[in-house]
Amino acid sequence: MTDTSAHQPMIDATGVPLKKSLARSLRREKIRALLLVSPLLLFVLLTFIFPIGSMLFRSVENDIVSNVLPRTVVELQNWDAKSGELPDEAVFAAFVADFVVAVEEKNHTRLGSRLNYESSGMSSLFRKSGRKVAEWNPETDGPFKDKLIAADKNWGNVETWAIIQTHSGKFTNGYFLNAVDMQRTPNGIEMQPENKQILIKLFLRTVKMSLIITGMCILLGYPVAWILANLPNRSANMLMILVLLPFWTSLLVRTSAWKVMLQNQGVINDVLVWLGMVADDARLEIINNQFGTIVAMTHILLPFMILPMYSVMQTIPPSYLRAAKSLGATNWTAFWRVYFPQSVPGIGAGSILVFILAIGYYITPEIVGGTDGVFISNRIAYHISSSLNWGLAAALGAILLAVVLVLYWAYDKIVGIDNVKLG
Amino acid sequence: MALDTSKDAFVKFDRVQKSYDGETLVVKDLNLEMPKGEFLTMLGPSGSGKTTCLMMLAGFETATHGDILLDGVSINNIPPHKRGIGMVFQNYALFPHMTIAENLSFPLEVRKIGKSDREAKVKRALEMVEMGAFGGRRPAQLSGGQQQRVALARALVFEPELVLMDEPLGALDKQLREKMQFEITDLAHRLGITVVYVTHDQTEALTMSDRVAVFNDGRIQQLAPPDQLYEEPENSFVAQFIGENNTLEGVIKEIKNGRALVQLDSGDLIDCKPVNVSEPGQRTRVSIRPERVEFHKDRLSPDAHLLKATVKEFIYMGDIFRTRLSVAGNDDFIIKSRNAPDQVRLQPGQEIEIGWLADDCRALDA
Repeated sequence: MTDTSAHQPMIDATGVPLKKSLARSLRREKIRALLLVSPLLLFVLLTFIFPIGSMLFRSVENDIVSNVLPRTVVELQNWDAKSGELPDEAVFAAFVADFVVAVEEKNHTRLGSRLNYESSGMSSLFRKSGRKVAEWNPETDGPFKDKLIAADKNWGNVETWAIIQTHSGKFTNGYFLNAVDMQRTPNGIEMQPENKQILIKLFLRTVKMSLIITGMCILLGYPVAWILANLPNRSANMLMILVLLPFWTSLLVRTSAWKVMLQNQGVINDVLVWLGMVADDARLEIINNQFGTIVAMTHILLPFMILPMYSVMQTIPPSYLRAAKSLGATNWTAFWRVYFPQSVPGIGAGSILVFILAIGYYITPEIVGGTDGVFISNRIAYHISSSLNWGLAAALGAILLAVVLVLYWAYDKIVGIDNVKLG
Repeated sequence: MALDTSKDAFVKFDRVQKSYDGETLVVKDLNLEMPKGEFLTMLGPSGSGKTTCLMMLAGFETATHGDILLDGVSINNIPPHKRGIGMVFQNYALFPHMTIAENLSFPLEVRKIGKSDREAKVKRALEMVEMGAFGGRRPAQLSGGQQQRVALARALVFEPELVLMDEPLGALDKQLREKMQFEITDLAHRLGITVVYVTHDQTEALTMSDRVAVFNDGRIQQLAPPDQLYEEPENSFVAQFIGENNTLEGVIKEIKNGRALVQLDSGDLIDCKPVNVSEPGQRTRVSIRPERVEFHKDRLSPDAHLLKATVKEFIYMGDIFRTRLSVAGNDDFIIKSRNAPDQVRLQPGQEIEIGWLADDCRALDA
């Protein structure tokens, strides 16, 4: 043992600084730890981080206009859409030159679909014009201005050119604007017409219904978690199996079961009619609306509320309640002042879990939600698989992600995330 | 000071029985009377029913049969929160989400005591346990000993006349435990409160209590002040359970003039004091404390019966010497002798003769 003063760095028995030899001795462990997590790290990177990144990128990406119509985009820069006059011959010539190439490469319909998101009619305009323009020779057949307008009078419309110009940037905020019921116009950013404003409503409905579902889960789950935590082990295990049972049944089956239960000619209505509580011609509308979605989703998400609550309640020793009573508190006061505050972390954890699952739920609202019980995720799915407007779907998804993160942040500010315990 | 019935009993268990499953009795016919101001300890191995008794008194368990009276009134049907009994729990049960001051204020709030009054009482109670500076802390920020003091203050802050303590010192280290033992008894006597204290630590029971009730198998085996319990155990369970003890087994030859002549299984004869044996021919277990065994012949009465012993082991323990002997077929016969300048240190293998005063040797049930 060497005697070192406080100012000198500590050295080990062979004279190497202690910190260095400590780092060396720990290096092997660090490498091993890294190797152990690397398969998961790689998996998450490939299947989570990368797709999310690419989705976020897709929501702002807009290189199709400048890729398909490169010369037109350059020429259009000198044109002022607000002047109310059509672009000059140079723009038309450039457009035909671009368009002929596009038709050869069969890109013009894709571009048409893209611009159709901004203004309906663009898709058919591009498709129809494609057939005619394909036969022209951009070198010799000019001038093109009148020729193109003759081919389709929409080319004589300032609007058409304004849309191409407005959306010619490599990146666009157009998808995000669409996602919140706004649009880009030559005159700047405006709200969409009343009859097209559905997405904000859908967002608000999704948040509102997710909150209701979370609240229902708290109300229904708390007593169950309490009983689970206070029963002797054997009966608690039995009850726990009942709580977990839904996990062993397919989500689709459970949702379909609700359809059987709730529909107009379903079990509940039949029973109510049979009991004479409801007239046969006035059966309850309890499916294909918000009510059906809330009932089915509360049922499906309930275990996610009960489990964290239960694991937190299990750690609250019964002696606290006894202590409170011995100090003079009634059963209710003892529960409310002593037990409940300690179970709040469980409620918090369960609520976050249920809310985040609910806000992105898809299958259940799709099956039992009808038209006014669907969620924003159903709209995203529609744009992914039916309308093929992936940019808008990506923007909606990105907004959903942001909403969840904001709510998570708000929860952290108000309740504190270290207050969340999973056991 | 045996059962003191001259004063009116403050706490009274009257033929109390308790069963959890309807098949076995955890508490069998418990009778106990406590005067006001007494510090009584329930001592016993785990499962002996002592904690159940405490819980019945607190109101968390109901007696299957019999009455529990507090100040002459039956409390069988009074819920725990109306009994006004202070209680200190095994793991303190301080509410983790409240500060120390809030913890102490809790029993006063539920009693609807005004704010200024409350603050004064909390302050006084914290100062009583020397924790005045810690009112704003949370229980998790305190050491075990500090939490213990707070738990004590919380049980006392609403000025109950009866305080129950369920192994309150079990989680503390030895040194702190000894300090707290003294503080608790001191506080109890200063405030004049009645205390029922449950423990399985006999040292704690002996040093703290006015009287100790030794529990085993759902019954009180003996209820007596500590000195009497140690020196005059009434049956072999108590003799074994309290302190260190040597036992020799044999048969009563005769009982005469308060003396019993016992023939040990080895054939040796010894004189004993008959305690719960009645007639010749009965088997008996003779109990003698290690420190009452004498091997200096000059200190023994000339007519005392002596036994031959072989020294097996000599252990130096500082203040005392602990010597293990083989006596009348028992290889675990211990004697303790004080480390005095003239004390003999016995050597293993040495043959000696041992004896004792007949009064120190108690003939108990086999």
